[in-house]
Amino acid sequence: MTLSESTIYDVTHLLNGTVLLLSFALLYQRRLFGVLSAFAMQSLALALAAAWQAFANDAPHLYITASIALFFKTIIIPVSLHRIVINLGIHREVETALGIGATLIVGASLAALAIVLVLPVTAASVALTRENLALSLSVVLLGLLMMITRRNAVTQVVGFMSLENGLLLAAVGVRGMPFVVEISAAFAVMVAFIIFGVFFFQIRERFDTLDVSYVERFRGERH
Amino acid sequence: MSWLFQLLQAALVLAVAPLLTGFVRVLKARLLGRQGPPLLQPYRDLLRLLRKDPVIADNASWLFRGAPYLGFALIWLGACLIPTFSSRIGLGATADFIALMGILAGARFVQALAGLDVGTAFGGIGSSRDMMIGALAEPAVLMVIFTVSLLTHTTSLPLISEFMQTGSVGLRVSLALALIALVMVAIAENARIPVDNPATHLELTMVHEAMVLEYSGRHLALIEATAMLKLVLYLSLIAAIFVPFGMATGTGPAGAIALGLATWVGKLAAGGALLAVFETSIAKMRVFRVSEFLGGALLLGLLATIYLYVTRAL
Repeated sequence: MTLSESTIYDVTHLLNGTVLLLSFALLYQRRLFGVLSAFAMQSLALALAAAWQAFANDAPHLYITASIALFFKTIIIPVSLHRIVINLGIHREVETALGIGATLIVGASLAALAIVLVLPVTAASVALTRENLALSLSVVLLGLLMMITRRNAVTQVVGFMSLENGLLLAAVGVRGMPFVVEISAAFAVMVAFIIFGVFFFQIRERFDTLDVSYVERFRGERH
Repeated sequence: MSWLFQLLQAALVLAVAPLLTGFVRVLKARLLGRQGPPLLQPYRDLLRLLRKDPVIADNASWLFRGAPYLGFALIWLGACLIPTFSSRIGLGATADFIALMGILAGARFVQALAGLDVGTAFGGIGSSRDMMIGALAEPAVLMVIFTVSLLTHTTSLPLISEFMQTGSVGLRVSLALALIALVMVAIAENARIPVDNPATHLELTMVHEAMVLEYSGRHLALIEATAMLKLVLYLSLIAAIFVPFGMATGTGPAGAIALGLATWVGKLAAGGALLAVFETSIAKMRVFRVSEFLGGALLLGLLATIYLYVTRAL
């Protein structure tokens, strides 16, 4: 079955836009469980975007990327983080270093910055590539912003993984990207997840909280 | 012919408004596991209130007495400007998106002044909060207007509907963002749940009900009818811009008009059902978080405008 150029463009466009929108939803959340479900939704949107690329560009290997995103990022990681939060009795409110409103404003400026950066570089390429890059760069920057502005270690991990989602979004959108990259990116997330899991236990055992400012105080950086 | 349509629409929006509100109430009650009021209850409420004489405070001025009539007239006019079942309406030439928002702002202004008129504390709280919501919602609506008009090259509502109906715009990230922004604004403007609670006037956090607390009798009937009309207005506006499909574009065959009417009623019902589900699944937020909620709408509108420039040719 062949699809018309405009159908491919429209659907790709919509799915990538959904991923970006959920990045903003992630920044807007005040409760930890809200953050986790927003992250699961974002990963689901990413899985759909990857599956659509696989279908539209006739690139079956992308289905594997899609299923990795679906199983690990949409189900396993959010569910286990959910458990960690309950088992460790972590405070269930998001602790912010910068208010929600201010974060959203910075987020919108970052999205604009991503566009300004991408436009001159991709002037010669087709609209689809240009837009895909702009959207995924925004998702990456918003992930970084989330890591910076949220104090709780769990939200920082989610920020990191949302950044990974942005990278994957860029990878699946570009034609002919070698498969190795995606596998390694997916595994990087898993590894990061394990490391952070251990990390949580350590901090929690030692300081009785996951607020990283306690670690800084312990090291003598802040008094 | 188009004037006939216009009169028909003016009558229809007025007739349908209490039904829609009743529908949302019944659906909400059922979702909460209650029996709920009968579907036609809002009509009975309005009739009962219309038969009663208003009780007016001694120090109320003409403003207090005139505001319900003026507010009702403005919102009714606004509801008449939006293409509902047909885009060929008599007032079509004046149906400008920005003008419509001006009319809505006018109605808000009148009602806020009336809230302050008697000088009670509740009226003042309600008015100041309502103006805060208005000040935050209007920039977001402007962004939505920019997005839609940049795409369709016009701010005229009937032309926007006709253009969107051709489907040549396609699916757009900008449109999706603008739709969400407009829905958020509509929720705030209609005093629905995360922002305000339409079901009670016994809460300290209320906004709209606090503003109109002093009203009774036929004045209150008009104010309630205004709120019901406003819900129809916003749902029709969202439908006319984002899902105009099925709307008749000519004075053409009766079949097309009937289809337009049926799809309009269907869209209102779908919108009302979504609203009921959304309201039962979410808790009311603190008044001072409304700025974050509407700030989010503004940012989405801003992004919608920005993304127009990355996408295919405008």
